[in-house]
Amino acid sequence: MLTLENVRKKFGTIEVLKGITFHVNQGDVIAILGPSGSGKTTLLRCLNFLEKADSGMMIFNGERWDMNRISRKNIALIRKKTAFVFQDYNLFFNKTALQNVTEGLIIARKIPKKQAIAIGEKALEKVGLKAWANYYPRQLSGGQQQRVAIARALVTEPEIIFFDEPTSALDPELTEEIMAIMHQLAEEGRTMLIVTHEMQFAQNISSKVIFMEQGQLIEMGDAQEIFSYPREERTKNFLYTSKII
Amino acid sequence: MILDEQVWTLIVDSFGKILLPGLTMTIPLTVISFILALLIAIMVALVQFAQVRILTQLARFYIWIIRGTPLLVQMYVIFFGLPKIGIIIEPFLAAVIVFSVNEGAYVAETIRAALESVPKGQIEAGYCVGMSYRQIMKRIVLPQALRTAFPPLSNSVIALMKDTSLAANITVTEMFMATQRIVAVTYEPLILYLEVGFIYLMFSTVLTKLQRVGEKYLNTDEIRREKRCLRWKMFAKNLEQ
Repeated sequence: MLTLENVRKKFGTIEVLKGITFHVNQGDVIAILGPSGSGKTTLLRCLNFLEKADSGMMIFNGERWDMNRISRKNIALIRKKTAFVFQDYNLFFNKTALQNVTEGLIIARKIPKKQAIAIGEKALEKVGLKAWANYYPRQLSGGQQQRVAIARALVTEPEIIFFDEPTSALDPELTEEIMAIMHQLAEEGRTMLIVTHEMQFAQNISSKVIFMEQGQLIEMGDAQEIFSYPREERTKNFLYTSKII
Repeated sequence: MILDEQVWTLIVDSFGKILLPGLTMTIPLTVISFILALLIAIMVALVQFAQVRILTQLARFYIWIIRGTPLLVQMYVIFFGLPKIGIIIEPFLAAVIVFSVNEGAYVAETIRAALESVPKGQIEAGYCVGMSYRQIMKRIVLPQALRTAFPPLSNSVIALMKDTSLAANITVTEMFMATQRIVAVTYEPLILYLEVGFIYLMFSTVLTKLQRVGEKYLNTDEIRREKRCLRWKMFAKNLEQ
């Protein structure tokens, strides 16, 4: 459903993405692993056009886009079919939990308010926050905020959800909360791309793994295979230092 | 000696004569000018925030000129200068123009700073849920920015209210000019200027009070919800046990 071809991105003189190519199938749960500074987050941000790639093609639902020249209108169209969960949640601070969740429905998709609220409440219930619907973000814990952010990502029925280190800002207990919800989403067959440093979690949840280093895609493959028998030396080293093998 | 009967009568007699133009001139001048200044400022700040190239340069130029020259000079140029090239503006209107354009430049910087204080991540999140830039600004960024800007904006209103006394220079009969006129007849500058100062102080006191009410109002919604949520939390806890 989603294919990337030769995506490149420079920040100043530093080449952050050196030609990334991969393919995502419906229902894939892909963990993107790699040391800090390897370009994982930038890759994810380019996928949702929060960063503009210098070059590269994207094929999404059979349509082919030049990632550098794509128009604002088409970016908006693609964004309506995707969702993004940030490392630091980025909830709207002037909106309650419920309003955060329904904003994209009511404002961006023009769904009637009543219906949107029903959908929003259901999504909050799913992440276990129904009773917190009228709280403002600053009244919620980090884990709760991230759960609201996940609910916000779910309500728009995205075809693919991007997670950018969703648990990095949380303590171990709260991390568990988020992981449990993500496991549930994986079981529902949702397509997800997850940048994470939680190796154990990646191993449990993902069907495929992408390993990146210094802006290059070193290895991509079946999760069990890569975690058990990585082909590339660099992947092996990384998994070894992460105490996975 | 200072508060003999004659002086006391003067104070009482002049009080109404000074207060009346305060209510009919100083306050309308302040309110109208500030509303216009706010509109100018929001536009100028948004243009810079969105980094619209040519408009940003224009905005910077406007702020540079206005902040770099005295208010009094601006006033003289508009009221005494422009008639030289055939543009004659009536005093009150001239004052409104000068005050709103002048205050707009300062308020624009306040609002720009407030806009920039809203975390960029929220804008990105807005994009990601499918909102347009305009929708994000209107629904997410501006409400938060205006709230941050409220205390410094209150400052600006108070400063503007006092600055309207400068309009006396261009024949607007506001409070200060009314006082000057009474002084010219009675030769009691000390008492009368102290008196008008006191009335300005009363006006600013009211504005300060209004600021406090406004700040409370901006928070009420949340405080009320907070209380309701607390009750919920207790309720949920009781259920769990």
